[in-house]
Amino acid sequence: MAAPTRMTIAEARKALKAKKISSAELTDAHLKAMEATRGLNAFITETPERARADARRADAVLAKGEGGSLEGIPLGIKDLFCTEGVLTTAGSHILDGFKPPYESTVSAKLWQAGAVMLGKLNMDEFAMGSSNMTSYHGAVKNPWRKKGANSDLVPGGSSGGSAAAVAARSVMGATATDTGGSIRQPAAFTGTVGIKPTYGRCSRWGIVAFASSLDQAGPIARTVEDAAIMLQAMSGHDPKDSTSADLPVPNFEAAVERGVKGLRIGIPKEYKLDGAPKEIQDLWEQGIAWLKEAGATPVDITLPHTKYALPVYYVIAPAEASSNLARYDGVRFGLRVPGKTLDEMYENTRAAGFGAEVKRRILIGTYVLSAGYYDAYYLRAQRVRSLIARDFTEAYKQVDAVLTPATPSAAFAIGEKMDDPIAMYLNDVFTVTANLAGLPGISVPGGLNTDGLPLGLQVIGKAFDEETVFAVGRALEKAANFTALPEGMA
Amino acid sequence: MSALIKEQTGEWEVVIGLEIHAQVISKAKLFSGAATAFGAEPNTQVSFVDAGFPGMLPVINKYCVEQAIKTGHGINGTVNPVSVFDRKNYFYADLPQGYQISQYQQPIVSGGTVILDMPDGSTRKIGVTRLHLEQDAGKSLHDQHPSQSYIDLNRSGVALMEIVSEPDMRTAEEAGLYIKKLRSILRYLGTCDGNMEEGSLRCDCNVSVRKPGQPFGTRTETKNVNSVRYVMQAIEYEARRQIEVIEGGGEIKQETRLFDPGKGTTRPMRSKEHAHDYRYFPDPDLLPLELDPAWIEQVKRGLPELPDERKARYISEYKLTPYDAGVLVAEQETAQFYETVAKGRDPKLASNWVTTELFGALNRTNKAIQDSPVSAKALGGLIDLISDGTISGRIAKEVFEAMVETGKEAAAIVEEKGLRQVSDTGAIEKAIDEVMAKNQDKVAEYRSGKEKLLGFFVGQTMKATGGKANPGVVNELLKKKLAG
Repeated sequence: MAAPTRMTIAEARKALKAKKISSAELTDAHLKAMEATRGLNAFITETPERARADARRADAVLAKGEGGSLEGIPLGIKDLFCTEGVLTTAGSHILDGFKPPYESTVSAKLWQAGAVMLGKLNMDEFAMGSSNMTSYHGAVKNPWRKKGANSDLVPGGSSGGSAAAVAARSVMGATATDTGGSIRQPAAFTGTVGIKPTYGRCSRWGIVAFASSLDQAGPIARTVEDAAIMLQAMSGHDPKDSTSADLPVPNFEAAVERGVKGLRIGIPKEYKLDGAPKEIQDLWEQGIAWLKEAGATPVDITLPHTKYALPVYYVIAPAEASSNLARYDGVRFGLRVPGKTLDEMYENTRAAGFGAEVKRRILIGTYVLSAGYYDAYYLRAQRVRSLIARDFTEAYKQVDAVLTPATPSAAFAIGEKMDDPIAMYLNDVFTVTANLAGLPGISVPGGLNTDGLPLGLQVIGKAFDEETVFAVGRALEKAANFTALPEGMA
Repeated sequence: MSALIKEQTGEWEVVIGLEIHAQVISKAKLFSGAATAFGAEPNTQVSFVDAGFPGMLPVINKYCVEQAIKTGHGINGTVNPVSVFDRKNYFYADLPQGYQISQYQQPIVSGGTVILDMPDGSTRKIGVTRLHLEQDAGKSLHDQHPSQSYIDLNRSGVALMEIVSEPDMRTAEEAGLYIKKLRSILRYLGTCDGNMEEGSLRCDCNVSVRKPGQPFGTRTETKNVNSVRYVMQAIEYEARRQIEVIEGGGEIKQETRLFDPGKGTTRPMRSKEHAHDYRYFPDPDLLPLELDPAWIEQVKRGLPELPDERKARYISEYKLTPYDAGVLVAEQETAQFYETVAKGRDPKLASNWVTTELFGALNRTNKAIQDSPVSAKALGGLIDLISDGTISGRIAKEVFEAMVETGKEAAAIVEEKGLRQVSDTGAIEKAIDEVMAKNQDKVAEYRSGKEKLLGFFVGQTMKATGGKANPGVVNELLKKKLAG
């Protein structure tokens, strides 16, 4: 039997059922790993007591031969998910001391399935960032380093804590959210698997909102199978979220090993970026070859409006955020910095409570919604958004899924790009389209670059067809046989 | 009242449009399950959604939508199968989310008409531009603490219908009638209780003035005027103020003003209070509201008889005047009272008794018709006594007063006080004989042609019988005897 922190969720589940290991042992091993990797700053809040109590409860259930799909499996929760009675900050100073009196639907579903909570994971403030450097609670370090170098790299963002903890083996899996790439980009940077399901697949209820029409929850895990197991538990219609889809959740686990024989895989020419590193292009071609070998047919396709995706995203997401973040006013919860008048209190609180990136996006969002600019920016962006979605609809008349690189580069150094928002925003260039079109996308580790850093491949599927996404992702995973481990691992 | 105001530079026309905020009758709020009862302890009817907590999401309350559809039909509007909820963004302490969910470009109801019943019995049509659903904000309490404001979020998220009229009204009186008529329709429908004191019906008045035939002038909006009387006052004041400004060589600023009920005047709000760019955009937490056309029709079929239909029925079925019919149907309770009184009786007589004697008594005792000291059945009993000749109309008034005071049935009072009308010709003849004997000079005058004296003899005979004599019989007998 593998060491507890080297097991996948699927393996651990079997071992728990076979009584080869207890949830308490599994949990303790991960709590130790959490302590050992504290230097990564992946956690904002550790909940060891809660974890042990959860594990005891799970062991009691397992002892009776019962238990849910994640019974006794220790997980981390991104700090964007409200957890009842447990500090929830969204990576922001403005939510200081906020302990929600309610549990998000997605995390509640995980507890219902028997999962154990290890703690709350660090993230870019309000999920705004691609490096985890905008967190009020400090940057997260990527457990991976360049071969022979000792400078710290970013784990990507905004789900940087989730990705780093999974990569460092301090959690077996983690919840994450993805508004423009916040699951897939950090997964790619850390050699982990991350899937953003179709918009509406997971309830947004109880998740601190960034951009409501784009936000989706999903898992980051070590394998495609583990991601499927987690997503299975996280998905489902929620009457408390009007945008959640009232559709049955298919058996994702069963789809993982379905194979890709006969599938037609779209290769969009627009994802060939001028100036992108050769290693990205090489990996993509490798991915195409792998799928071909596995029996799929690559098909050249065009997604003509791709080039507008990033600008469209950076109009729509900040617009929604500027409104979503208005509730952080110091009146009812979180930080309050007093002032002589109500307006002054707002100004003082929000000035102190929000970081630079959040303020930048609130300003952009306020601007694009303002009288006189609404039509030119917000309305036009919405129109182009529907064209981007239509590109995919057209493409899916010929293909079953789309293969692209996950990111335009490997992980970069902490502190890099912070003075250049545009360069930072470019991280999402391959991932935002799936958010704008509401489609499922997975990032799977494809290999290491010459520096020894992981690179990811992305599979984008049809709406509510996560099954094909998992099947294709699994085929890539198998072919890539990605076994490298980061040095910053517990 | 003339529609035109005469001032130094001639006649001015006042142009009025009203925005009515009507609180939807519903046990739960528009987007949360929290309760809506009026008068609860502060902050006891607040869900995490209403308090704008992180991660909370709105879910539309279907019943509130049905209420809006009903109202849309009730004002003869078009219920749109697709409408959209937008966010109206602004910061205020009693607006926890930092935005109000409202409908901006695509409201649930477009168009409509409210028919005013004018005092002369005529009608006037006022156009309705739109009706949309939106959430109410909480309440700021500024008088509870010397330096701080308290916030009560009980009202936060309560469903409102904003009903916007066309600028079709020309006098404060029409504006008053418009509110009353709209309120009557809402109450008939059961979609808003129309209680202005409790704030479940609030009114913003848009007023401008112009010379007849000229294009619209610049308008001002006076906010939150909370009684019909205040609305009329605010409009009167605002119209005269605007005319004065223009005649004094000034210009009207498009601005938001506040009504001061103490002084009966309006004043501009501080610029900060309304310098908003609301940054409307479709609420991404809510999908467009799509209504099944079959449901829209089903709701329409279920509408009750509304004031205008009822009025038409009273005119055709009961032969009432348009004015009386309008008065009787204005409140559902009155109409029901009237119909009980009129059932099987002379409808015009019933109408007269309800609109004059009963209304008079209610006014004097300051009671609503639901608490009337004389029930519809009892009033019916009184009218029956008139119709069958037991008492005269004059005696009936006396009996009615006694009914108001004692709450007893008419028949009991008539018996008790011995007010039964005398139709026995023998008794009446005897009284006439006595009267004629006492007034022989007048009899002679009558007989010599001064027939106007008949009234005198009727009066004297009635007096002699203590008013109980049947006036018809008295008249008949007198004529015969006086003729000799």
